[in-house]
Amino acid sequence: MPDDFSFPVESGHVMLFARAVGDDNPVYRDPEHAASTEVQGPIAPPTFVQASYHWDPNASYPRPGRPWRGSAAGPTGLPPGETSSSGRGLHAEQRYIYHRSLKVGETLTVRRRPGETWQKQGRRGGSLTFSEEISDFYNHAGELVVTATSVAVITGRAVDP
Amino acid sequence: MADEVTFPVEAGHIMLFARAVGDENPIYHDAEYAKTTELGGIIAPPTFERVWAQWDPAYVLRPKPGQPWFGSAAGPTGLPQKGSDDEGDGGGGGRGLHAEQRYVYHRPVLAGETLTARTRPGKTWTKEGKRAGSMTFREQIIEIFDQQNEIVVTATSVSVITSRAVDQ
Amino acid sequence: MALNASAISVGDTYQEVVAENLSRTQLVQYAGASGDYNPIHTDTPFAQEIAGYPSVFAHGMLSMGMTGRMLTNYVGDGRLTAFGVRFTRQVFPGATLTAKATVAAVRQEDGQHFVDLALSTTNQDGQEVCKGDASARIDP
Repeated sequence: MPDDFSFPVESGHVMLFARAVGDDNPVYRDPEHAASTEVQGPIAPPTFVQASYHWDPNASYPRPGRPWRGSAAGPTGLPPGETSSSGRGLHAEQRYIYHRSLKVGETLTVRRRPGETWQKQGRRGGSLTFSEEISDFYNHAGELVVTATSVAVITGRAVDP
Repeated sequence: MADEVTFPVEAGHIMLFARAVGDENPIYHDAEYAKTTELGGIIAPPTFERVWAQWDPAYVLRPKPGQPWFGSAAGPTGLPQKGSDDEGDGGGGGRGLHAEQRYVYHRPVLAGETLTARTRPGKTWTKEGKRAGSMTFREQIIEIFDQQNEIVVTATSVSVITSRAVDQ
Repeated sequence: MALNASAISVGDTYQEVVAENLSRTQLVQYAGASGDYNPIHTDTPFAQEIAGYPSVFAHGMLSMGMTGRMLTNYVGDGRLTAFGVRFTRQVFPGATLTAKATVAAVRQEDGQHFVDLALSTTNQDGQEVCKGDASARIDP
């Protein structure tokens, strides 16, 4: 599993993320309003730590000079014969434990560790392989802010609708 | 569109923007490296300034909760279909195109600063085109100031509304 | 590192491939980074059925932004004083774009050196998608 990385919690990013989940709450974007609440300043919405992915050194996004698995001229940019398992990976489960409020302006350190792995036979997706990944988010003082547990499933075939 | 929009220039946003235009220059994401350059810190790449739109509460090209959006959802557009499809700023029916864009850079845009974009209309003109029928051009001038009210960037944008989809 | 006036002359060219087999994902990425969520760039049913285009196409500003990458790699970081383009043709998924700068003038103003560049970004069929010019402050 990759190394630790830093994740700055920036006000504009929190605003965009809140928008993307359709959350108009001013505590995520209006410093004056946020100062008048019990959290006393802008905070991030509950699933915001997911956006730390942008800072993950192994993040997957189109990069110059490298083929990308998504469509371009054809349905995938990968050369023929090269396949990506990613089309079969699905997010099965996600849990958060909140130790303290995630404040705008702090920089978190993300440490990841593997969890359990298990298999199951599914009716709609063939054989299913589940794997858990746990991310701990620490603040500057070394205090744990959020623990995120993600369960991914690789399906044997595309899931029947 | 709001006449005046104040927005923060954040390092993370610069990183994401540089990635989106495929620019891996470390001056846009590596603070340690940026410190060793003549600029002394992370700067924004050319064309980054247009992100002010994210802070414009009235920006037309962004879906807003509770308002119909012109992109597809269950159907090919979320707007009620009435037949007419040309209005707005690149919005209506997808007939708006970006024709031209010019920047004058008075100094680099630095990560960590706060800028204010002031927008004013420029000229408007009409032309007959071979590939798109009649075309209406509209100029918009956006001046971007820092908090000392010094100008940082002048951006001139020309949009065109075509009477039909452009022939390929 | 910035460009040196003594090292260039009128007619010199510099070019870079700035997109290869441009993906729809990158259009989504640019929409999120820039704030321009116009569905014509990311939403196939809208682009085809409502707007009447063969598919989604890139934001003009994405082509300009990618052209900017070639420019700053050539003149140096933070050195541009002006940059302008006309979007002459749409850029569709699958495009490979080459951005090229040609030195139009090397000049001096109050002891400061500048370069003026003509810009042309073309697609895989040699068709121009952006045409413009730029100026930059350079070293002696």
